[in-house]
Amino acid sequence: MKSIKIKADNLNVHYGEKQALFDVSMYMEEKQVTALIGPSGCGKSTFIRCLNRMNDVIDICKVQGKIEIDGNDIYAPDMQVEQLRERVGMVFQKPNPFPKSIFENVAYGPRIHGIAEHKSDLEEIVVTSLKKAALFDEVKDRLSDSGTSLSGGQQQRLCIARAISVNPDIILMDEPCSALDPIATARIEELMGDLKTEYTIIIVTHSMQQAARVSSRTGFFHLGKLVEVDKTETIFSNPSDQRTQDYITGRFG
Amino acid sequence: MTDRIEQRINSLNKRLNSEKRFRIYCIGAMSFALAWVLILFLNIFSSGYSAFYRTVIQVDVPFLNLIEDTTQFSEMSSEDINNLSMYSFSKKAIYRLFPDIEEKKDKKMLIRLFSIEFEQEIREFLKSNKSNINETETIYLTASDDVDQVNKGNYPRDLDEDKRRIKDIQLLFFDDLVDRGLVSYEFNLPFLMRGDSREPELAGVGGSIVGSLFTILVVLILSFPIGIFAAIYLEEFAPKNKVTDFIEININNLAAVPSIVFGLLGLGIILNTFGLPRSTPLVGGIVLSLMTLPTIIIATRASLRAVPPSIREGALAVGATKMQAVMHHVVPVAMPGALTGTIIGLAQALGETAPLLLIGMVAFVVDVPQTPLDASASLPVQVYLWSESAERGYVEKTSATIMMLLGFLILMNLAAVLIRRKFETKW
Repeated sequence: MKSIKIKADNLNVHYGEKQALFDVSMYMEEKQVTALIGPSGCGKSTFIRCLNRMNDVIDICKVQGKIEIDGNDIYAPDMQVEQLRERVGMVFQKPNPFPKSIFENVAYGPRIHGIAEHKSDLEEIVVTSLKKAALFDEVKDRLSDSGTSLSGGQQQRLCIARAISVNPDIILMDEPCSALDPIATARIEELMGDLKTEYTIIIVTHSMQQAARVSSRTGFFHLGKLVEVDKTETIFSNPSDQRTQDYITGRFG
Repeated sequence: MTDRIEQRINSLNKRLNSEKRFRIYCIGAMSFALAWVLILFLNIFSSGYSAFYRTVIQVDVPFLNLIEDTTQFSEMSSEDINNLSMYSFSKKAIYRLFPDIEEKKDKKMLIRLFSIEFEQEIREFLKSNKSNINETETIYLTASDDVDQVNKGNYPRDLDEDKRRIKDIQLLFFDDLVDRGLVSYEFNLPFLMRGDSREPELAGVGGSIVGSLFTILVVLILSFPIGIFAAIYLEEFAPKNKVTDFIEININNLAAVPSIVFGLLGLGIILNTFGLPRSTPLVGGIVLSLMTLPTIIIATRASLRAVPPSIREGALAVGATKMQAVMHHVVPVAMPGALTGTIIGLAQALGETAPLLLIGMVAFVVDVPQTPLDASASLPVQVYLWSESAERGYVEKTSATIMMLLGFLILMNLAAVLIRRKFETKW
């Protein structure tokens, strides 16, 4: 049994009048990949965006309940959200590199947090991050090109490099492959396998095959409720809830 | 079967014909608009281009009559030269063109061929060439407006004498001078350099160009930062509630307020309550800023809104503060749009007349302003002032001023297009 990194307790989320999450409680293990699956609009993206408080930017979003990372309540009043996001990186559904150079894309995070003291430190961080994101070999000769000039898959790996540049513990991935072709998807999945030795990864995905391939634990969301969470093999071979069974066999969703 | 095909072909032909008609309407509308623009430009250009050159008459000035030795001029200061009494000397120099005329009345007519400042022009020549004056120097003196217009062919010579300003004897003098090759054209530099004047041949747009530039500068300094910051606050930081809705509606209303109302505001508050100096580019700039602000705010907000939210999220997700996300990533991307809006706002302000009339920038100002706190005219107001004057010289100068104003506007709009092209973010 791995140690527990993230623990959500009775999480309820409202967007204005509409309730998006109902009493979600689950934990995620350190240095493992946890997958969240479920049909569209089931609340899995809402849940993952609670983990780095990305929902704070939405005015009408209200979060109740408790989320602990390493035992600290991230919604506590004394929690600095910028510090939290330094520890909990995020990769989005659509690749969103800054319209700046590849170097600047990766260097931005370390620069605003003052991680690198010298220019050489910064260069080193950029190179290591790009290497960890398996992008360095493809872009090493054109670091000053615009990040938006890369292909979709490369852009997404650039976003992963950007996320790991500030050395987080956790990386949240919100359907990172939904805008990519199968080859680019395979590369990102492969990359996740490497990254989980250092980072705790939470991935939201539409593809059950992907969840089965990359994750050790899987949670199934339906209509804002966490229906079931268990070891990935158990979910896919012997789910305890009928709705999970129906979803993974393709009866709905 | 064939019926159906025929029916289809008929209906297709109908659709194609209506498309042709539609295209003709569109081309017609465009040609109509273009034709008017062309007529406008041609009209202004044809009556205005002659203001850019002027008639000068060559006069030999015998400086030896003024002083025993012309090298003595080099030892005189500018002030000494100003104190020299030169009026009758200058007149005599002009009389030398026609040594035969005796009658005082004719002499007076001869003098009137020249601009009223002939003495001053000779004095200026003396000042700038004082170290190198020969016994007799050839000086090109400005012709009076009447002569200038006759020379340019703008003046009807075949009217009865009592119906024209230029008299028969003056025409005789003038024709004789032309035959002797003493009348010539030169580029009208004074028109670009000098301030307004009661004498059409001496009036220039220099004062109003500088006044307009100062005004625009004040507008830029005030409305660019205020507009950008207001737009950033409203778009990025302000909570979405009734208050911000109210502010937004009122900014849009402000953009639709007739400009003369801003003039009244300037008169009532900026001049009378705050007591800032009347007729100055500073006050003009403040008033025009009020008018330009909504344009800048609306344009900047539109370009901020066009920046995809994913960029903000990307920055926030690596731990940037909201301000960092906005200033480092959103604003740079939105800047070309904001600059374009600003330049268009400035171009509007440059062409605005009504509010300036109310704050006294319609005054007759001879001096070219040195600072934004000096009384001054501006280009559109200068057009308004001169368009009311009867003298022929002002007619061409009105059109020439419009040409300069249009030139500045075209340059600014060109700059806006170039900035947008150059700095546009490519996704």
